[in-house]
Amino acid sequence: MSETITAMPSTNTGAPGIQQLSMQQALNLALDEVLAENPKSLIFGEDCGRLGGVFRITDGLQAKHGEDRVFDTPLAESGILGMSVGLAMAGFHPIPEVQFDGFAYPAINQIICQIARMNYRSRGTVPMPITLRVPSFGGIRAPEHHGESLEALFAHVPGLKVVSPSNPHDAYHLLKYAATRPDPVIFMEPKSRYWQKGAVDTTSDDGRPTGARVAREGRHLTLVAWGAMVSRCLQVAELAAEDGIDVEVLDLRWLKPIDAEALARSVGKTRRAVVVHEAPLTSGLGAEVAQLITQQCFDTLKAPVERVTGFDVPYPSGDLEDEYIPNIDRILFGIQRVLEYRRG
Amino acid sequence: MTTKPTLAAVDDAAPLTHHQLRELYTLMAVVRHLDTSAVAWQRQGIIPGYAPELGQEAAQVGSGYAVDRSRDFVFPTYRELGVARAMELDMVGYMSTHKATWHGGMYNPMESRFAPIQAVVAGSVLHAVGWAHGQTLSCPDGETGVAMTYFGDGASSQGDVHEAMNFAAVMKAPVVFFIQNNGWAISVPTERQVAGGSVAARAAGYGIPAVQVDGNDVVAVYEATRSAFAHCRNGNGPVVIEAMTYRRGPHSTADDPGRYRTLEEERLDAGEDPLARFKQRLLSDGVADEAFFAEAQRQAEEEVETIRAGIQDLGPRPGAEMFGLVFQEPTPALQSQATAWREESEHV
Ligand SMILES: Cc1ncc(C[n+]2csc(CCOP(=O)(O)OP(=O)(O)O)c2C)c(N)n1
Repeated sequence: MSETITAMPSTNTGAPGIQQLSMQQALNLALDEVLAENPKSLIFGEDCGRLGGVFRITDGLQAKHGEDRVFDTPLAESGILGMSVGLAMAGFHPIPEVQFDGFAYPAINQIICQIARMNYRSRGTVPMPITLRVPSFGGIRAPEHHGESLEALFAHVPGLKVVSPSNPHDAYHLLKYAATRPDPVIFMEPKSRYWQKGAVDTTSDDGRPTGARVAREGRHLTLVAWGAMVSRCLQVAELAAEDGIDVEVLDLRWLKPIDAEALARSVGKTRRAVVVHEAPLTSGLGAEVAQLITQQCFDTLKAPVERVTGFDVPYPSGDLEDEYIPNIDRILFGIQRVLEYRRG
Repeated sequence: MTTKPTLAAVDDAAPLTHHQLRELYTLMAVVRHLDTSAVAWQRQGIIPGYAPELGQEAAQVGSGYAVDRSRDFVFPTYRELGVARAMELDMVGYMSTHKATWHGGMYNPMESRFAPIQAVVAGSVLHAVGWAHGQTLSCPDGETGVAMTYFGDGASSQGDVHEAMNFAAVMKAPVVFFIQNNGWAISVPTERQVAGGSVAARAAGYGIPAVQVDGNDVVAVYEATRSAFAHCRNGNGPVVIEAMTYRRGPHSTADDPGRYRTLEEERLDAGEDPLARFKQRLLSDGVADEAFFAEAQRQAEEEVETIRAGIQDLGPRPGAEMFGLVFQEPTPALQSQATAWREESEHV
């Protein structure tokens, strides 16, 4: 977790290997390459074969790699994840998809009691190289159960790893990396970012994107975020800069394991931090991040770590979504709270 | 229109030889003695708990005997001692779960072809389907390995069993769903557990051929399992076998069956003891004599004594395993927790 990949190109420089892709295209390209490079990798789930998935992440992969490698399953999440266990035992590298975050719940027994424990239970002889792709978080005005933030739930489970990309370049590299690991990885795709384009450098040496990434350098304060919240924090940083506040944005990327060193490096420098996440406040990952910062930077911190998060309410319907997800104003208020903090 | 699926493969294997019949008896005798000894060991404090299978020896030995360990894979629950023994697994390793030395036994499941002991009922039924589909993908033309998944009538109420049967049928996965209907799910009898009369009856809804077999007849169980394996191996998809048997005695060493049935009911409902019944058959068919049974018993006692000694010799697992086996690639947080634990607790 030591290496930190710093700012990546934000425009197409015309250099070889750099393409302008949406996150959907970047994920699709990554899966295409994983299938080509590892004959044991399999993609399956609901509608991911002929249709290419409701978000088209698996578009064209069945036609290219065949129905044995990319296939539709019956509509049953426990079935999809339970079958993944057996396929992993048979030497395959499953890359299952649950169609929407909320539908990981029916599979939670297989994920927590089975996938997460098999390596332990079998004394390391039955690894679970499963990459579970979960279109995640809100922001698309979807129906109930189509926008959930499950990262704290998964990160709390021993035996699971959790990652979430914030841009097409990371999406490509993180998925390629996750899909070649011997441990189960929950891959949380920020569905509101699927159609945003960005430069993807497929030839860069991001082959082991294992830590956090400084998305923007700054001196006065660190915003810690992941997934769709990273681009929002970058926007906030631009606005804050107009007032002379120099914000650093740390894209955590890995939610388990969390890159504690990157947190220490960034907050050790800025001495102030605000964690931003879409998930509810209570027992969210913001608390974990705040603790890691406190533990490592207590002596230099100028203010308690602040959190700007979703609320402790069931994910609201589309009309209230903008109230629920941390917006620019709420993040700016969070920044203000840490900047104006005065000791007792 | 007929909806009753049939077993496609003709099982033309030769009938069991006298030697095999005697072997089946020897296995049942060992399993009976080990099972009843395990209950005694729990009472003596040698192991903290155990789930007995008294009365299910024929169902377990008969089915386990059909497994080809060079290519098949078994997905058990917590009550498959007899299957494990029929598959010739290391029974000290098997018992280590009941000794609470480790969850899931001491096996390398890949070597033993016996998945970890499963405490979530129906938890591994889907794993069998996935593994079996993997066989289809790996050897599309050849005779495949077969997955056999064991579960009870109670477990059949779990949604995962439906998902597994549906998946297996859609994918034509080589899976034998082996239900041991022992009459009870802890305190709840089958008629309060299973709608539709039987678990086997459900298979028709998936287009899966099903057989209900006398689970107290070891030869009938073996033959049903063997032909199910042949059916699966030839690419015809899954089979459901429901072995009708009876769990004599308690569900586990923590259970008190007196609260839900009387000893008299147990005696009447359990039917003939599968071991005594097989012995009578071998005697009357002239396959074995009293000297053989005496020798089988002597061997069983000797083996069980070795297993007892092996279990008592099992020391606690080193605590570092707690941290070392979570991931193939451990996380920094876990490594630092392991270091802290070592410093704070291993002050030797
Ligand atoms: C998912 C789950 N729920 C509850 C239990 C507790 N429990 C253990 S065994 C059992 C009854 C199982 O009955 P059956 O499947 O018929 O198998 P048997 O024990 O009779 O062999 C129950 C309720 C469990 N282990 N797993």
